[in-house]
Amino acid sequence: MAADFNWAVGGEAGDGIDSTGKIFAQALSRAGRHVFTSKDFASRIRGGYTAYKVRTSVDKVQSVVDRLDVLIALTPRTIEENLDELHEGSVIIYDGERTTMQDVEIPEGMIGLDVPLKSLAEEAGGAIMRNVVALGAACEVAEFPIENLDSALEKRFKDKGQKLVDNNKEAARAGQSYVAEEYDHEFDYSLETTDEDYVLLNGDEAIGMGAIAAGCRFYAGYPITPATDVMTYLTGRIERYGGHVVQAEDELSAINMALGAARGGARAMTATSGPGIDLMTETFGLIATSETPLVICNVMRSGPSTGMPTKQEQGDLNQMLYGGHGEVPRFVLAPTTIDECFWKTVEAFNLAEKYQVPVYLTADLSMAVTEQTFSPDTFDMDEVEVDRGNVVDETTIDDHMSESGGFQPHEITDDGISPRAFPGTADGAHMSTGLEHDEQGRRTEDTDMRVAQVDKRNRKVETAREREDWSPREFGDADADDLVITWGSNEGALAEAVDILDEEGQDVRVLSVPYIFPRPDLSEDVAAAETTVVVECNEQGQFADLVEHDVLERVDRVNKYNGVRFKADELAAEIKSTLEAGVEA
Amino acid sequence: MSSDIRFTDFKSDKQPTWCPGCGDFGTMNGMMKALAETGNDPDNTFVVAGIGCSGKIGTYMHSYALHGVHGRALPVGTGVKMARPDIEVMVAGGDGDGYSIGAGHFVHAVRRNVDMTYVVMDNRIYGLTKGQASPTSREDFETSTSPEGPKQPPVNPHALALASGATFIAQSFSSDALRHQEIIQEAIEHDGFGFVNVYSPCVTFNDVDTYDYFRDSLVDLKEADHDPTDREAAKDVILDNEKEHQGVIYKDESSVPYHEQHGVDEDMSVLPDGAPEGATDLVREFY
Repeated sequence: MAADFNWAVGGEAGDGIDSTGKIFAQALSRAGRHVFTSKDFASRIRGGYTAYKVRTSVDKVQSVVDRLDVLIALTPRTIEENLDELHEGSVIIYDGERTTMQDVEIPEGMIGLDVPLKSLAEEAGGAIMRNVVALGAACEVAEFPIENLDSALEKRFKDKGQKLVDNNKEAARAGQSYVAEEYDHEFDYSLETTDEDYVLLNGDEAIGMGAIAAGCRFYAGYPITPATDVMTYLTGRIERYGGHVVQAEDELSAINMALGAARGGARAMTATSGPGIDLMTETFGLIATSETPLVICNVMRSGPSTGMPTKQEQGDLNQMLYGGHGEVPRFVLAPTTIDECFWKTVEAFNLAEKYQVPVYLTADLSMAVTEQTFSPDTFDMDEVEVDRGNVVDETTIDDHMSESGGFQPHEITDDGISPRAFPGTADGAHMSTGLEHDEQGRRTEDTDMRVAQVDKRNRKVETAREREDWSPREFGDADADDLVITWGSNEGALAEAVDILDEEGQDVRVLSVPYIFPRPDLSEDVAAAETTVVVECNEQGQFADLVEHDVLERVDRVNKYNGVRFKADELAAEIKSTLEAGVEA
Repeated sequence: MSSDIRFTDFKSDKQPTWCPGCGDFGTMNGMMKALAETGNDPDNTFVVAGIGCSGKIGTYMHSYALHGVHGRALPVGTGVKMARPDIEVMVAGGDGDGYSIGAGHFVHAVRRNVDMTYVVMDNRIYGLTKGQASPTSREDFETSTSPEGPKQPPVNPHALALASGATFIAQSFSSDALRHQEIIQEAIEHDGFGFVNVYSPCVTFNDVDTYDYFRDSLVDLKEADHDPTDREAAKDVILDNEKEHQGVIYKDESSVPYHEQHGVDEDMSVLPDGAPEGATDLVREFY
């Protein structure tokens, strides 16, 4: 019996793949099993291959692997696409009555279960439930108690009436019984349940939840894959906490609305993907120069241009670090896990307001659309702190007036942080502008004031470096000679890769870095290592470049840019071969 | 707010760098007087402007203000109003800012019916970049970038607004100080998006749409027996290319502003020190 179980449903977009996968993932989560999901999807509404994969174990799972134990194949292509991951003993559930599946050939050594999904679904109340019949069949194969599936079906359909819930339960049982009666076969799998309670959510949802927790009240965005789920999540939820979501006419409008709300004193956010960041870049400069706190979430996908909208990449790092004309400080945070998407979002809002800077919060497609189980106290709302920084009110504003009595929102201070007055604060009226300005915010071309303001803005970065903890997360063997550095969603795969490497006798130390700017000083870590390898999903090694810049030393790189995330076993092999090549050289 | 607010309280200590005789002086004075007259003060007023001669207005007025990027003033105003329904929001821009680079935002701000006042200082030319054709320039108006005229009809902003579902459409002339102020006041008092196109002549680069031209050709709707609540009548005024009008062209008295339609009434600047009450419900949903 394998320690973890890998399952997938695949077919054409429009076949209900997503909801089928989600129901199964929820059933597993509700049964106290850990779950990690991934999606293969094309940029179209109907047609085109799409799949939803679920990996599950009683232990924590945090990556995908090259293995499939049970596959529900709604089209012949589903089998072709997953042939590499299927193995001897893998079970393929399909409907031989379906026109396209009649001549399907089950690869040698695998077990084909021909289940009349549509007919059984019709008997239970409707052909639309054929995927649920398949889920019932999968439960039988995996020895997974079908009551857990019932529970997920109830969650899914309870708003549509008990009748529908009952029909679905019946459909699931039809699939289960059919396999039990028609196939006299002992399968290799047995999915045990536990008493643990888990929540199941993806990166976009964690970001949205973090935003509300942090007090974000205003969100404006324009739909774009793979960031749209952030807006979908907030819509209908943020209102309960006194907030509002606007679906803007474009990204230019979205970021300017968020800017307006932030000037009004609200915690505000927008989320988009690379092409949207391009459009927002002009306003980004204004936000930075006017020292407006704003969180801009960039859920990266494959670029450049329209690139591959539904595929993974971490190619926008330079865009976020350097995008825009002129020089302005900005912070770039990059959560490395789904639970960290929540906490880094909270942190992003605090950093934005404490330092009065725009903060890029970046996730990537793999993290955004992937669901993972967590203990609910991972998201302990009592731990959330809101720090609004240097906001003045009627009683403290007098300390920040010019000689002529005007409020100074860009006061030159030792730590670079100036006072902030929200509209409505008496005597706080002031202007904000993208023009270079004096301490009162009024346009200036005075050379001394220009230098003073540029220095003041940059001084905030030094202050933040001193006051905040920018440490990376460390795992693997602390005493290993070889160092692996990564950022973004690769951490999960890397954590499992370390275990694989360990079994093969290869010790590595890993640093997973959630801060791109400011970022930790890694020079001592790199100096102490024999070989340093930087792992990232792009071709040029944008983070590796930064490390080299910081430590003044060459590092090795493992890059992947075919649109697919790293898998644990693949990554272990890549790291090993890179380290071995280094030794030979 | 205190009732002893005078319009001069809305003046900053910066001297305008607009050309002597520029229509924008009158436009701005009318805005300041209208704000004071409607009971606002600088600390509860937010003025948003874009780029160009019109964009300088935030510098010359005294209030909370943002001088934004070209064409994007309306979204900024929308954000301010959503976060702060308690704050008076006024957005100012030019004809290039509003009807060229910002035309998309104009249509959408109108259809959202956000409760703010939008003043377009329309001089039918690009002034600050020294005299190129603007979206409201006449078809035969010769400029450095249109030596034989733009050869395309000017944008009809009022038609665009009406077609987009506007609830308040007006036109004023910066030189007719009293009427201009009156019209801006009515726009401020309107519950929803108060749109006022202001003829604000450019004395340096536009020798066609001059003070004299507007003075001679303007028909005041107040004296023309026009009923601004009649949408059909408004349509006739707007599509009449033969005349220049001033006054309130259209007003929907049943207008409900965006924030009220969406139940937004809280001051979003006020936050607790931690997660909002009941935030644990957000986690429970993922069971």
